[in-house]
Amino acid sequence: MKGVSLAVARGEIHAILGENGAGKSTLMNILFGMPVIRETGGYGGEVLLDGVPVRFESPSDAMRAGIGMVHQEFMLLPGFRIAENIKLNREPAKPTLLSPVLGHGLDRVDFTRMRRDARQALDRVGLGIDEWLPVSGLPVSHMQFVEIAREVDKENLKLLIFDEPTAVLAESEAERLLGAMRAFAERGVAVLFITHRLDEVRAAADRATVLRDGEVVGQPDPRTTSVARIAELMVGRPAAPVAARRAFEAARDVALRVENLSVDMPGEPVENVTFTVSRGEIFGIGGLAGQGKIGIANGIMGLYPASGRVELEGQPFQLNRPREALERGLAFVSEDRRGVGLLGEESVELNIALSALEARGRFLRPFPIAALQPLDHKSLRRHALAMIQNLDVRTTGPAQQVRRLSGGNQQKVCLARAMTLEPRLLFVSEPTRGIDVGAKARVLEILATLNRVHGVTLVLTSSELTELRAVCDRIAIVYRGRIETILPPDAPDAAFGLAMAGESAAA
Amino acid sequence: MIERLRTALREFGLPRLLIAAFLFILFAVAVATHMNLSGLVSDCITRVARNGILVLALLPAIQGGLGLNFGLPVGIVCGLVGCVISLNAGVSGVTGLVLAAGIGVALAIPAGLAYGWLLNRTRGQEMMVGTYLGFAIVSGMSIFWLLAPFQNPTLVWAIGGKGLRTTLALTGIYDKILDHWLSFTVAGVTFPTGALVAFGGLCWLTWLFFRTRMGITIAAARSNPRFALAAGISDERTRIQATVLSTTLGALGIIVYSQSFGFVQLYTAPLLMAFPAVACILIGGATVTRSTIGHVIVGTLLFQSILTVALPVTSQVIEGDISETARLIIQNGMILYALTRLRNT
Repeated sequence: MKGVSLAVARGEIHAILGENGAGKSTLMNILFGMPVIRETGGYGGEVLLDGVPVRFESPSDAMRAGIGMVHQEFMLLPGFRIAENIKLNREPAKPTLLSPVLGHGLDRVDFTRMRRDARQALDRVGLGIDEWLPVSGLPVSHMQFVEIAREVDKENLKLLIFDEPTAVLAESEAERLLGAMRAFAERGVAVLFITHRLDEVRAAADRATVLRDGEVVGQPDPRTTSVARIAELMVGRPAAPVAARRAFEAARDVALRVENLSVDMPGEPVENVTFTVSRGEIFGIGGLAGQGKIGIANGIMGLYPASGRVELEGQPFQLNRPREALERGLAFVSEDRRGVGLLGEESVELNIALSALEARGRFLRPFPIAALQPLDHKSLRRHALAMIQNLDVRTTGPAQQVRRLSGGNQQKVCLARAMTLEPRLLFVSEPTRGIDVGAKARVLEILATLNRVHGVTLVLTSSELTELRAVCDRIAIVYRGRIETILPPDAPDAAFGLAMAGESAAA
Repeated sequence: MIERLRTALREFGLPRLLIAAFLFILFAVAVATHMNLSGLVSDCITRVARNGILVLALLPAIQGGLGLNFGLPVGIVCGLVGCVISLNAGVSGVTGLVLAAGIGVALAIPAGLAYGWLLNRTRGQEMMVGTYLGFAIVSGMSIFWLLAPFQNPTLVWAIGGKGLRTTLALTGIYDKILDHWLSFTVAGVTFPTGALVAFGGLCWLTWLFFRTRMGITIAAARSNPRFALAAGISDERTRIQATVLSTTLGALGIIVYSQSFGFVQLYTAPLLMAFPAVACILIGGATVTRSTIGHVIVGTLLFQSILTVALPVTSQVIEGDISETARLIIQNGMILYALTRLRNT
């Protein structure tokens, strides 16, 4: 983040908008004193609360000063009752015989008052459920309201931060939440509201700030500015020069046909997605985090439970069988490099070879029992050296541990592994996440070569729209688990912005 | 320089250094008090050969991601059943030993499959489940030893004629048959060649195994189950394979142990056998998630040498016997130490 300034008045709802990585969460973490800020180098600039400079060292500092936060991930204890969660660590208590001696830790919790307070807080946010129920088993929307009720219950609340509160809510519940938010504002609380749903900004916010790449790019008046204009501000990069485009007729030469694919991937659920990918195409999948774009490739590769109909070059394809996916000529470079993509402890060469060794029986010497075929070190080493040279992997040698490599080089190893499988169709997710600029360009170049020279069909999933628009032939934008629309890479910025906010129909 | 020393020390591990130093002191005292040094060394080597395979049996389980196989008695009782059946049939010599090993392995494979299935159903608690299963199986087998219809009068209780004795002598059957094979003596130190070859051979085979397709996938699935899934490997399967291998080596281990010891010990004898083996591999430098053949060999050498040398040496210096106390402190201290490091790996 650089040079961001904004002000929130009492009783005002201020919306913060921006794509993933625009700096929204960083800003909130600073305001709430999250330790991650200090651990990663701190921040410069000033935060003024009621005109007084403050600097929070921890979230509890921030809370004492009257700042509340409703987190994107719930911070609730599932086994505790709703009322206990609301009052956690702030329980109303009566002294007992032992407390003069052993301190307040042994005060008796006043459950009657706890229930009464919790009831009041829940009523204020408009959640009419029994405050004595346990939190586990509640629907997510109710958990969200319990979180809010907890913040409401804090008496000295001055500033309340909502971090994408409507992301998990259905339309009608979101409405109710916005109502609760307005009620806060009327009580004189300042509200900071992070979101990417543009219609909500127009419905509820008094003011808005748009962030992009850590900078304020505009403070449009949400009441008068059109949704399309706000969307343009959010995306706001000139489209990269588009290489010679090829026309793909969806009907001819279909490499992959996906019908009604649903994937149960936590955080990235996919619902009833239908699309086709032509042979030789680079098909892009974009969208904001948590909308389900990541789930599509993971579902087809069998890493998360999936349902639906998938055809590969006209032949039916069995879902939920990672083995089948590899045997049918698919390969996957996962977005989760450390978690799924690599064996950190093992050598570069083994990482490159393992999938092909397992699925194709490569790099093995003959032995009567297939499972006991010994590793052929010579051919493995030869192949690894060729790959290292080919992809320009910076390593001390093929025997180096993979976790000692930089992110970009680890990504190249992942690509090398996928290429060793000699796939016909390659899924690549977030290929440039967390790697430096030079390596980024190299990785995209490798992908382009694979496609143009070796004829590999690519399905590229990425949070970076610029990247998708630079290499893809068509780009599907995923919103709430569905494909909102499929756009050509040279479509206008506003079209992409609106699609990512789920409003392409309005455009 | 100091930095490099520190890294070297960290890699070797402080506990191993202390134990090596302790062993060195014991030997120094033995020399100072004019004890029979070559006899001590002979004993050390014999005990390494005797216990080595039981320690090796832990390696596949660690490599397979199952942690320390405290359920080693599952394999041990399979080996014991093999011994008893061969003894009951009255087969002696090499044939008897091979028969015992064959039956032991034949039983250990299904037992390992079942044990592996159980571990897949209790994921994340393998070591605790293994400990309890080990205890349970030893107790269950105690009933078996009493009730099984073995008839050979040399095996069953003399009075009543039913139920196996607690200790079966192997004298004249296959007592020390491996230890004596090609055995030779250099400078007063006797080498139990056959048993050493058995230990070394199985180490070599295990080393080879982890360089085959199956071995590599087992290690890969341990290293990163999500990666394995993406590579089309079912880690439930590799975990079962690792358990079967560990159980089978346990069965072979107890047979080699028994022939060297000269007795087959039944009933509660296998109850605590996993613990010294676990201590050995940990002293060798293994962690709960990673180990090598080198760890097996070094650890067995250090731990068994201490056990061998501590008793005679301490009785020279101090009144009474502290070797058992020292064994328990080192053995259980080592296991505790390894568990504290679990989170850092």
